[in-house]
Amino acid sequence: MSSKLAKIEKRTAYLLILPSVLLVFSIILFPIFSNIWISFKNVELKDLRIPEPRAKKLVKSINDNPNKIKVIYKLRNSSLTQEITNVKFKDKYPDNIEPISLDNKCQFKSNLLKCELGNWPKKYRENLEIVFQNVNNKEISKKELKSYKPKLSGKSQNILLTYEFTLNNFKKVIKDKAFIDLLSTTFYYTFFGTIGAIVFGILAAQMVNQKFFGRTFMRSVLLFPYVAPVVALAYTWELLLDPTSGTLNNLLINYQIIDGPINLLGQKYVTLNILGFDFKLRLALTTVIIFEIWRYFPLAFLFILARLQAVPKELYEAADVDGANPVQKFLNITLPQILAVISILFMIRFIWNFNKFEDIFLLTGGASGTRTLPINVYQQGFSIGDIGMGSAVSIVIVVFLLIFMFIYFKLLGKRADEN
Amino acid sequence: MKIKNILTYCFISSLFLFSLICIWKILVTLQGIELINFNFNKLFVFGIILCVINLLIGKKLNLNIKITILALLFSIFDYFISINLPIWYSFGIFLISLFFFNTIKNYDKNFLSKNHSSQKLFFNFLTLFGITLFSFVILFPFYMMLVTSFKTQALLLLNPLDFSINFAQGLPELFKSYFIVFKDYNFGRYMLTSTIVSLGTVIITLIFAIPAAYAVARLNFFGKNFLSTSILIIYLFPAIVLVIPLYTIFSQLGLRNSIEGLLIVYTATTLPVAIYMLQGYFKSIPKELEEAGIIDGQNWLGIIFKIILPLSLPAISSVALYVFMIAWNEFLFSLMFLDRPNTFTLSRAIQFLNVGAETPRQYLMAGSVVVTLPILIIFVYFEKYLVSGLTAGSVKG
Repeated sequence: MSSKLAKIEKRTAYLLILPSVLLVFSIILFPIFSNIWISFKNVELKDLRIPEPRAKKLVKSINDNPNKIKVIYKLRNSSLTQEITNVKFKDKYPDNIEPISLDNKCQFKSNLLKCELGNWPKKYRENLEIVFQNVNNKEISKKELKSYKPKLSGKSQNILLTYEFTLNNFKKVIKDKAFIDLLSTTFYYTFFGTIGAIVFGILAAQMVNQKFFGRTFMRSVLLFPYVAPVVALAYTWELLLDPTSGTLNNLLINYQIIDGPINLLGQKYVTLNILGFDFKLRLALTTVIIFEIWRYFPLAFLFILARLQAVPKELYEAADVDGANPVQKFLNITLPQILAVISILFMIRFIWNFNKFEDIFLLTGGASGTRTLPINVYQQGFSIGDIGMGSAVSIVIVVFLLIFMFIYFKLLGKRADEN
Repeated sequence: MKIKNILTYCFISSLFLFSLICIWKILVTLQGIELINFNFNKLFVFGIILCVINLLIGKKLNLNIKITILALLFSIFDYFISINLPIWYSFGIFLISLFFFNTIKNYDKNFLSKNHSSQKLFFNFLTLFGITLFSFVILFPFYMMLVTSFKTQALLLLNPLDFSINFAQGLPELFKSYFIVFKDYNFGRYMLTSTIVSLGTVIITLIFAIPAAYAVARLNFFGKNFLSTSILIIYLFPAIVLVIPLYTIFSQLGLRNSIEGLLIVYTATTLPVAIYMLQGYFKSIPKELEEAGIIDGQNWLGIIFKIILPLSLPAISSVALYVFMIAWNEFLFSLMFLDRPNTFTLSRAIQFLNVGAETPRQYLMAGSVVVTLPILIIFVYFEKYLVSGLTAGSVKG
């Protein structure tokens, strides 16, 4: 009896999860694996269009002869790169007409015109002309003739499904002189973005954890940058930072803090003189990181605030009795309590910042030294149009991601053991 | 009374006052009023003097009278060192200094002689300063977005710092950018698409996720543990590594430029987090309730619909709002999959506006307001649900 129930339970469970598993498998897991396939192929954006045999139908009357009509099919292979084999053609005609003469490729049977057009090489073009006459003296309606659309079919090789592989994509990715720069930019962006977001998150959480007027309102406001659409925010920042008409530059010039405008998003380096030493700062990258911090510190804030509110008040009261000052209280009570949250946050945000695409894409498009790995995927795949290369870069990202996840789950497992 | 404490008190208080005044002055400058000097030296020194006076008076005077007098003194001083500024500017200064002296009114000699008082003071002001600064830094871009949408191109070029809103021109003139954005740039249509896509994603995700989450939370089956860990792992995979294969597959299947294609992808990407959030909640519902249902002769569907769903409405609303937010804000897939304007979502349309020929910035900002406002209103109104959704699902973003 119980085993029967367990069986039913099992069957129900599979039934309930099946739709989700199928969907996630086909839209997330399958593409991740097909990245591997594509990255070993030489595919370009223009190869993706499946070659189609196409026909344009023209109907022309023949001089002074209302009983005859000429139909011209302009045939072509839509692909500039691939052959189509075994092209078949089909078109329907009204009852009252029949062809006078027919190409030997074609047949006319029960109002259907069928042709076997053979193989079409790339860029192939041909005109097929057929003259028709009417059978029962009814007028031939051009309109009716035109209303039928020819149907064509043919076989072509789908470049994605062939078994030709190449290592060129990976060779190009690794041999690229900019690859090291690409990696360092990505890590620089990821690391400082993550650290900055967490530091500001801690500050904000500390503030909001105290009682003051308008505290709930403040909590909502702090989450605005995270909740609002990235497109709107990125363009607003772009307008704010614009060198000529941007508000920030104009304000700074107005208060005579700087002499001339600074192109915060378009300048790769700026040289800073600190204590007699010249420092080269990557300006555009720094600006992008600041945007990143601005947009994602609310998340760190939310996590840390939730943790702070769970810290027992007695701990602070005991510290007050002991005569601890605020800094000591923070270092000895607050920090150890939130350390676990911070480490989890760091790992997760690190993984996500590593893959961040939209923010940089919208602000700089990857120009002036802000090209990270995800931006490179887009540029290779869609700006240059080399799908294979884009996939290869995606694979590089996935490999890094797996390493991060391994570390993350290792740490998480360790933490679970401790508790 | 330690001299160090007094010095910290004066220095920090005055600095805080000055930073408040600075923010006010920036806002005033942005109303197109010529103001090129913060007068740091004079204001800072005068601030220190007033702080000392505040300390000396202590509680000898009625506190309300004390703060009014000090604030008045400060505003008059500021009025004399700054030239040709409108009266509302000085009134703002008065209100700010009133607020400031109100916060320091309780500090007197006794307070300053206590242990750690300088550190406490420092942190009190740091908190206040932090709150002001954080609010300013966060709200400023939103403020700029809104105000720019009310201006015209010519005015913006004439004085890039003048963001005053001229209400005298009448409402139709004021909201002109919005009329144009909706009429000439077809934003009504994009908004409809965005709404359909977001709501559709929410509904489909819930239909898929609720049964799956229930199975993971309650039923025993082979591979259950594997499934619940893989949900988390799948969730950590970013959209950018899916983009190229999905693009190739969708191009060949003819699913690009279609709302259906977008719906499929959005549902699949939000499904793991939805299942993850829901199963956590389902586990917290007492099992006895379901057992009672089984005794009553309910089947699994009946249990889900009659027992689980009504009890987990709060969790379902959080998931729904979170998924709605993700779908509404989504940009990468809409950039990849949509290139015909008749299928654009709002985000894609704004990006198209920006890339396309010189679109006047007030239209761009009006479009940005149109896409931002609904989500902010939803957020403020349903904050409780959304925040719990964010905390549960915020590993992603």
